[in-house]
Amino acid sequence: MYKGGRIIASLVVFVALLSFPFFYNIGKSNKGPVINLNTPAIQQLAVKQCVEPVEWMRANHMKLLNQWREEAVRNGKTVYINSQGKSFENSLQTCVNCHFDPASKESDQFCVSCHTHTAVNPNCWSCHIWQKQAAQ
Amino acid sequence: MSLNRRQFFRKAGMVTALGLGGTFVITGLRGKVEASEYETPQQGLVAKRWAMVVDMSKFKTEEDYNRVIEACHSVHNVPDLGNPKDEIKWIWNEDYEHAFTSQNNRYMEENVKNHPFIILCNHCENPPCVRACPTEATFQRPDGIVDMDFHRCIGCRFCMAACPYGARSFNYRDPRPFIKEIDPDFPTRTLGVVEKCNFCVERLEKGLMPACVEKSKGGLIFGDLDDPKSEVRKIVSSQYTIRRKPELGTQPSVYYLVGGGDLV
Amino acid sequence: MFERALTGSRRYWTWVFVLLAVIAVGFYSYLKQYSYGLGLTGMSRDVSWGLYIAQFTFLVGVAASAVMLVLPYYLHDFKKFGKMVILGEFLAIPSVIMSMLFIIVDMGQPLRVFNVILYPSPHSMMFWDMLVLFGYLVLNIVIGWTTLGAESKGSPTPAWVKPIIYLSIPWAVSIHTVTAFLYAGLPGRHLWLSAIMAARFLASAFAAGPAILILLCLVVRKVSKFNPDPGVGAIQSLVKIVTYAMIANVFFYMLEFFTAFYSNIPEAKAPLEYLFVGLNGHTRLVPFMWTATILAFVGIGLLLLSSTRKNDKILPLALVAIIVANWIDKGMGLVIGGFIPNPFDRVTEYVITYTEIAVTLGVYAIGMLLLTILYKVAISVREQKET
Repeated sequence: MYKGGRIIASLVVFVALLSFPFFYNIGKSNKGPVINLNTPAIQQLAVKQCVEPVEWMRANHMKLLNQWREEAVRNGKTVYINSQGKSFENSLQTCVNCHFDPASKESDQFCVSCHTHTAVNPNCWSCHIWQKQAAQ
Repeated sequence: MSLNRRQFFRKAGMVTALGLGGTFVITGLRGKVEASEYETPQQGLVAKRWAMVVDMSKFKTEEDYNRVIEACHSVHNVPDLGNPKDEIKWIWNEDYEHAFTSQNNRYMEENVKNHPFIILCNHCENPPCVRACPTEATFQRPDGIVDMDFHRCIGCRFCMAACPYGARSFNYRDPRPFIKEIDPDFPTRTLGVVEKCNFCVERLEKGLMPACVEKSKGGLIFGDLDDPKSEVRKIVSSQYTIRRKPELGTQPSVYYLVGGGDLV
Repeated sequence: MFERALTGSRRYWTWVFVLLAVIAVGFYSYLKQYSYGLGLTGMSRDVSWGLYIAQFTFLVGVAASAVMLVLPYYLHDFKKFGKMVILGEFLAIPSVIMSMLFIIVDMGQPLRVFNVILYPSPHSMMFWDMLVLFGYLVLNIVIGWTTLGAESKGSPTPAWVKPIIYLSIPWAVSIHTVTAFLYAGLPGRHLWLSAIMAARFLASAFAAGPAILILLCLVVRKVSKFNPDPGVGAIQSLVKIVTYAMIANVFFYMLEFFTAFYSNIPEAKAPLEYLFVGLNGHTRLVPFMWTATILAFVGIGLLLLSSTRKNDKILPLALVAIIVANWIDKGMGLVIGGFIPNPFDRVTEYVITYTEIAVTLGVYAIGMLLLTILYKVAISVREQKET
C-alpha cells in the first residue's frame, strides 16, 4: 500500500478520537435528569395528567408545541382539544402554568433540567418567559 | 472487488439518500397526534376587516398620547433602547408635517405643522411587507390584520424596505435588558427579528379591545370596517378622514379623523 | 483537477495565507456581530440595509457579467474570447458565493436561512433571487468544471454541456433582473421605484464585471505562463463592451435625473438631492457620489480614445476608474440613498463601522481565495497545454 504506514497510523488516531467518549464514560452510571413534578399547580390537579398521555408527550412534545405554535400564531386557533376531548389553550404559557415551580431555581425547572441532561438547547426562553418572579 | 471508486461513491450516496428518506417517512408518521383538534376561542372578537379611527380631537395633552403609547409598549414588552439607531416602537407620535408628507403647504403655521399624530402600523389591505417577506413570517390574517410570526422571521429586513410608513423596527441587539418590566403574558423578542404593531391579536382572541384603544378615552376607535353598523364604518363613510400615503394603493386601515373638533 | 491548486510557488502560498489571515479577522468580527447583533453595524431603524446588501447587489452584477464572454463566444462564434471564457465563468462562481455570503452576514437570524426553502413564498422577490442565484452558481460550476476537465484530459467538451451553456445566457440576465426587482417593486422608495432599474443594473454590471475580468487577465498574464489574450485582441474587444455598457449606464442614470427633476416631484427628487448635493444639511455621501461621477466620465473618456485605450499603462487605470465608479454607485449610493429620506421625510445618515468593514473584507477574501484556487486550476491546465 502506498504510504500504508501513515494511513494506518492516521486511522488509528481517528478511531481513537472518535471512540474516546465511549471509553471515557465506560462503567459510569447514567443518573438521568431530576424531573421536578412537585409544583403547586400540579399538586392541585385531581387527575395528574398532561395535555396528552405522558409516554406520548415524552416522545412528541416538541412536535405538539410546533403544531400549537402554527395553529395559534398563524391560524388564530388558540383552543386545543386533546385526544380525550378536553380543551386547553395552546400556548407555551399553558405548559409553564403547570410546570413552573416558584420554589426552584431556573436550572431545576421541569423543561430546563431535562434539556440540560440531553444537551438539547431549544431557544423558547429567549422570548417566552417562565413566570414573573423568574423573569426578574 | 469489482466496484471502482466512482461506483462505490455513487452507490454509497444512493444508500445514504434512501436511509435519510426512510427516516423522514417514519418520523413523519410517528409525529401525528391522534384525534386532536384546534378551534378558535369562543370569547374572541371577530371581524371581516379590522380598522382604526384616530379621533384627533380627543388628543389634547401630552398625557393623552403617552397613555396609549405606554399601554401598548408595556403589554407587548417593547424595549426602550434609548437611542434612535436601535429604536423599537409599535405606536408613537409624529408631527403632521412628517406624518402626512405630501399634504403640507408652506403657509401652515408652526403649531399646525408640529401637531403630533399617533402613528402605528396601518394594517394595509394590500401590504407591501407581506409581499416582500420571503418566509411568510409577516402574513395577513383573514380579518385583515397584518401579523408577524417571530419564530419564522429570518431578519432579512426586506419588509422594512418595503413598508412605506416606517412602521417596522428591527432588534439590532438583545432587547431584554431594556424592558422596564417584563409582562410574562406576551413574549419578548429575540435578537435579529423584525417587529411591529399587531392590532393586539392576542387581546382580541380573549375578547378584549386593543390596549391602546382601551386607554384612549375614546380617542382611538376600533371595529369592523366591513360592518355597516360599526362605529368605525359610520365615521369613515360620513366624516372627513385622511390616511397616510393613500396614493400608494396599499389601502391603510388606520384613518385619521381631523374634522371631529378643533385640531389646534 | 483540484490537485493542481495544491501545488504552487512560494508566492502563491503567501497570497493564500494572506487571504486566510484576512478571512480569520473577518470571521472573528462576524462572531462578534453574531453574538451582539447587527447593532454593531451602522444600520439603523431608518437605514435598515447598508454595506452588506450593497456588496451583494454589486457582486450579483459581477457574476452576471460572465455572459459578456459566453454570449459572443458560444452564440456568435467569436473565437477571440476562447481562452478567456473559462476565466469569466470562474469569476462568476466566487461572485455568486460572495453575494450569498453577504446576504447571510446581513441576516438577523442566519440559522433560520432555510425557512426561505421550507416556506417557499413566490410572491417575494427574495425567494426568486435565491432560486436564480443558486441555479446560476450550479450552472457555472457544471459548465466551468466540465469544459476545463475535458480540456485537461485533451478530450472534446461533452455534448450535453452545450444546452446548459445556452441556458446560462438568459439565466445570467435573470439574476441581475431579479436583483433589481428586489428594489424596483417597493412603493414609497422613490430612488428605487424606477422601471429602468433592471436595465441600469445590467448596464453597470456589464461595465464593472468585464472591467474586473480584464484586470484579472492582466494579472494572470503577469504571474503565469498562460496568456489569455495572446495578441488576438480579446482584451480590446472586451474593453469596447465595458465602454459602451458604461456609457449606457451613465445615460440611464441621467434619465433618472430628467424624470425626477423635470417632473419636479419632491419624493423623486429628494434621494438624488441627498446623494449629490445633500439634504437638510446632511451631505455624507456627496463627496463619494461626485468622485464616482468624475471617475465615470474620466474612465469613459480614456476608454473611448484609442491612444489611451491601447496604452498598457493607462488602460488598467481607466478600468479601475470604471470599477470604482460603479462600486460607489451600486455598492453604496443606491442602497443607502434609497433609505434617505425616510418615510417621514427625515434624514438619518448611515455611518459605517469597523466591524462591518472587517466582515466585508473577510467575505471578499473568501471570494478571492476561491477565485485564486479556481484560476490556479485553470491556469495550470492551460500552462501544461502551452508548454
